[in-house]
Amino acid sequence: MLLDVQNVTKTYPVADSTRPVLDGACLTLGAGETLALTGESGSGKSTLLHLVSALDGFDSGEILLDGMAMSPLSDVQKAALRRGPVALVFQQLNLIPSLTVLQNLAFHARLGGREDPRQIAGLVDRLGLAGLENRYPEQLSGGQQQRVAIGRAIALRPRLLLADEPTGNLDETTSDAVLDLMLDLVRGAGTALFLVTHSPRIAARMDRHLVLKNGRIT
Amino acid sequence: MQLATLVLGLALATGLWSAVQAINTQARENYAEAAERLGINRFATLSSPSGPIAVDTYVRIRRAGWQVSPVLEGRIGLAGRSFTLLGVDVLTYPMEIAPQADEADVSPADVLTAPGRLFAHPDTIRNTEQAALPVPLVTSDRVPRGIVMTDIGTAERLLDRPGQISRMLVLASQPRDLPPLSDIVPTLKLTAPRAGDDLSRLTDSFHLNLTAFGLLSFAVGLFIVHGTAGLAFEQRRGMVRTLRALGVPLGLVMRLLMVELGILALVAGGLGLVLGYVVAAALLPDVAATLRGLYGAPVSGSLRLQPEWFASGIGMSLAGALAAGTHALWQVRRLPILTAPGQHSSGLASETAFRRQAQAGVAMMLFGLSCPWLLGGLVSGFVLLAGLMLGAALMLPLALSRVLSLIENRAQGALAEWFWADLRSQLPGLSLALMALLLALATNIGVGTMVSSFRLTFGGWLDQRLASELYITARSNEEGRRIESWLSDGQADAVLPIRHAETWIVNQPARIYGIVDHATYRDNWPLIASLPSVWDRVADGTGILINEQLARRGDLWPGDSVTPAAGWTMTIAGVYSDYGNPDGQAIVSLPLLLSRFDGVPARQFGVRISPDRAPMLKDALLRNFDLPASAIANQAEIKDRSIAVFEKTFVVTGALNVLTLGVASFAILTSLLTLWTMRLPQLAPLWALGLTRRKLARLELLRSVVLAGVTGLLALPLGLALAWVLLAVINVESFGWRLPMHLFPLDWLRLWLLALCAGAIAAALPARRLNRMPPSALLKVFADER
Ligand SMILES: Nc1ncnc2c1ncn2[C@@H]1O[C@H](COP(=O)(O)OP(=O)(O)OP(=O)(O)O)[C@@H](O)[C@H]1O
Ligand SMILES: [Mg+2]
Repeated sequence: MLLDVQNVTKTYPVADSTRPVLDGACLTLGAGETLALTGESGSGKSTLLHLVSALDGFDSGEILLDGMAMSPLSDVQKAALRRGPVALVFQQLNLIPSLTVLQNLAFHARLGGREDPRQIAGLVDRLGLAGLENRYPEQLSGGQQQRVAIGRAIALRPRLLLADEPTGNLDETTSDAVLDLMLDLVRGAGTALFLVTHSPRIAARMDRHLVLKNGRIT
Repeated sequence: MQLATLVLGLALATGLWSAVQAINTQARENYAEAAERLGINRFATLSSPSGPIAVDTYVRIRRAGWQVSPVLEGRIGLAGRSFTLLGVDVLTYPMEIAPQADEADVSPADVLTAPGRLFAHPDTIRNTEQAALPVPLVTSDRVPRGIVMTDIGTAERLLDRPGQISRMLVLASQPRDLPPLSDIVPTLKLTAPRAGDDLSRLTDSFHLNLTAFGLLSFAVGLFIVHGTAGLAFEQRRGMVRTLRALGVPLGLVMRLLMVELGILALVAGGLGLVLGYVVAAALLPDVAATLRGLYGAPVSGSLRLQPEWFASGIGMSLAGALAAGTHALWQVRRLPILTAPGQHSSGLASETAFRRQAQAGVAMMLFGLSCPWLLGGLVSGFVLLAGLMLGAALMLPLALSRVLSLIENRAQGALAEWFWADLRSQLPGLSLALMALLLALATNIGVGTMVSSFRLTFGGWLDQRLASELYITARSNEEGRRIESWLSDGQADAVLPIRHAETWIVNQPARIYGIVDHATYRDNWPLIASLPSVWDRVADGTGILINEQLARRGDLWPGDSVTPAAGWTMTIAGVYSDYGNPDGQAIVSLPLLLSRFDGVPARQFGVRISPDRAPMLKDALLRNFDLPASAIANQAEIKDRSIAVFEKTFVVTGALNVLTLGVASFAILTSLLTLWTMRLPQLAPLWALGLTRRKLARLELLRSVVLAGVTGLLALPLGLALAWVLLAVINVESFGWRLPMHLFPLDWLRLWLLALCAGAIAAALPARRLNRMPPSALLKVFADER
């Protein structure tokens, strides 16, 4: 099993409510598998992705990645995880404004020490970003930015690719094209894909489809 | 916390500014008071270009009906110190010198008949020193500090100059239909009431120095106020957006913000005034000591609270805050209601803005540079200075951006690439603070170079000028002659008479010395320009030496001719440097001086002797001739004393330097805090992509240090330019001498390290905050971005 989420609870220390966002969530994902997670807004989907990508700690339970438990990891080890086996495509992209498209694409992979210029050149073509390499993010359209963000994560060649509503801001045609591309790239590399979405149509295209409700996954 | 920064920033800026203001006004007022008492400015004076005025000349003028009052001025040693003694005719002198009747009872008869009375300010000579005085002393606070006054008859006796008058004051009210003075006494020179004499000109230049610092601190202060006001608005961005979205009219929001800022400015300004007062009070004794020591200008060492600088301090705080606030408000007005604050900073847009700024900077520099050619004078020197500084500050962002992109192109690795690119994209927000730092550093280098050059030159000059081992001042000519013959009788290697007469050269009071031909002069005298075989020319009576002040003011150089006294013209053989003396000075051979002037006192001379025998000789002299200890000065002692005076001059400058640097570092801190809310969304993604918070915090620290370091490097040429202007333009204009420029790379290194520290300290707080930030807070940043 690549990913094993066991009985995880997570509570944000917000003023009044101490109702857990995640309350005994369980989930497994095999290598190369694709998975869609849906749920109401505010149900904790993004929170789960953040926990899986070692961005935040949880209260109880355990998350295993390739059999390795996450809760005892130090800050440094967690950071290493984020630029190695796990990559997250953010809901709000988080491109780096002071770097060009090409630099952004290569950035994550270079941080992780796994840069492959030929692969990146290939990605530029596949993502339809040819000719835009030297532009800055602010000079791109929303769809183009989205593709750069996806490309950046894939260039890292992670074992697990997490994506938080990667098509959230796109129209139907564009989002279909982006999804095709992702599935294509993921399958080619044998990467597992864990995708959060609101769209049943997109969820239907994954191997599995789970729903998050009241802090539990069904 | 952020409120505290805002208030502190405003307070610091106001404090620095008002401290300088306070010192300035205080010193100026003291001086004006003294000048008033001395009557320096209010009366026309009659003086003789060829030396003292004889009594019968005075009688002739009085007979013609003119109301004049004679003054005899000289130096006198009293109670072990040396003072200016002003002998006046107490019956006609236009100002009171005796204390008010109820303070001490002095009858006119006591003053006019022997032994007479001396009058001095209680600060000048204390009553307890009475015993050591040749004449009874009356303390009177109507006498300016540092001066001793007496009746002219007593002065003649004390100064051993019977029948002599230094000058006459032409009183304000005169009978009508008098024959013109030029007909009665054609040889005397009438000087109109002067707006400022040498003394005031010198002190003015010192004040100018301080004012320049004040302006600089004002500029730095404005930068800070701007930064902090920006901070205040930055924090309210969200609130403004919400209020506007809720339909509150923009005008109302802005007015409210303005009022809030105004109140803050008042509070902080008040605090700043207290701060300024404390700083000024701490520095004032030093300033007073400097002015007293260097120029003999009387300044009391205490501070009075004055409405002017109170008003100007609050005004600066308010004006600064409002100016900065308007700018910030203008940005708020352009703030779209819906978009979030700045993710869009690739640094593309700023490049054009930088270029425009740099162009303005170049224009400003050119204007400054052209000023001295067009106008000349001290003011244009300062315009040049201002143009250079502001121009350079405006060019800074472009220069930084170029330097950074150079490094960026060389950068290896993703992180380095990001670091340099990000640094460049951060410039717009930090440029104001960096400009402040640039100005502070450049001033530091410039003034530091000037001070150190001065010190070095002055030290060397003292060695040259004070070549004799002992300097003796006898109490009378007769005693002088006895000592001289005793010394010449095998006691010393050489005896060099120091004899001088007062005169006017190129319309300025000057002192002319007569010297004997001796290797002491030939080997040591600090000539800065001369004809060939200059000492032979002086020795055979064909050449005269003048000091640098005289040379520059009169544009007289070797080969030119000069008139040292009426009807006497000589060729200038050389020009020598003469620091610390505002007046003109000239040197001729002793026989020539004696043939031109009568009654030249023969009381002073220098003694050459091997240094180890000097103390013994001093003892022998004191014993044999029963001299007071003050009559013999050891060369080493004089040097120490003179150097101490000059060291003090720059204590204030140094203190202000450190203050400005501290304030500039604070400006960086406020800018970093201002940018914080915008900065976090830029850093959080890097954390998400696999960098630890610790690493990011270190990079933040490094960023600030790098910016400070590069700014420090760029400040070096600017600082040197500043030093050159100070030494070669301002100094010549205000003091009359030019100093060679020395370079002090070690000082630069020290300063550069200080700048790095300033950068690190400024970034420490934000970096620490980042390091401690919990992950959920960082994740929240992403949520807020949506
Ligand atoms: N950093 C945070 N601090 C405090 N509370 C948070 C934080 N992040 C999320 N929450 C809260 O946790 C709950 C789950 O949020 P989360 O973003 O995971 O929901 P989501 O399912 O992704 O919603 P959406 O579909 O709108 O993206 C929400 O109630 C949110 O307010
Ligand atoms: Mg979400």
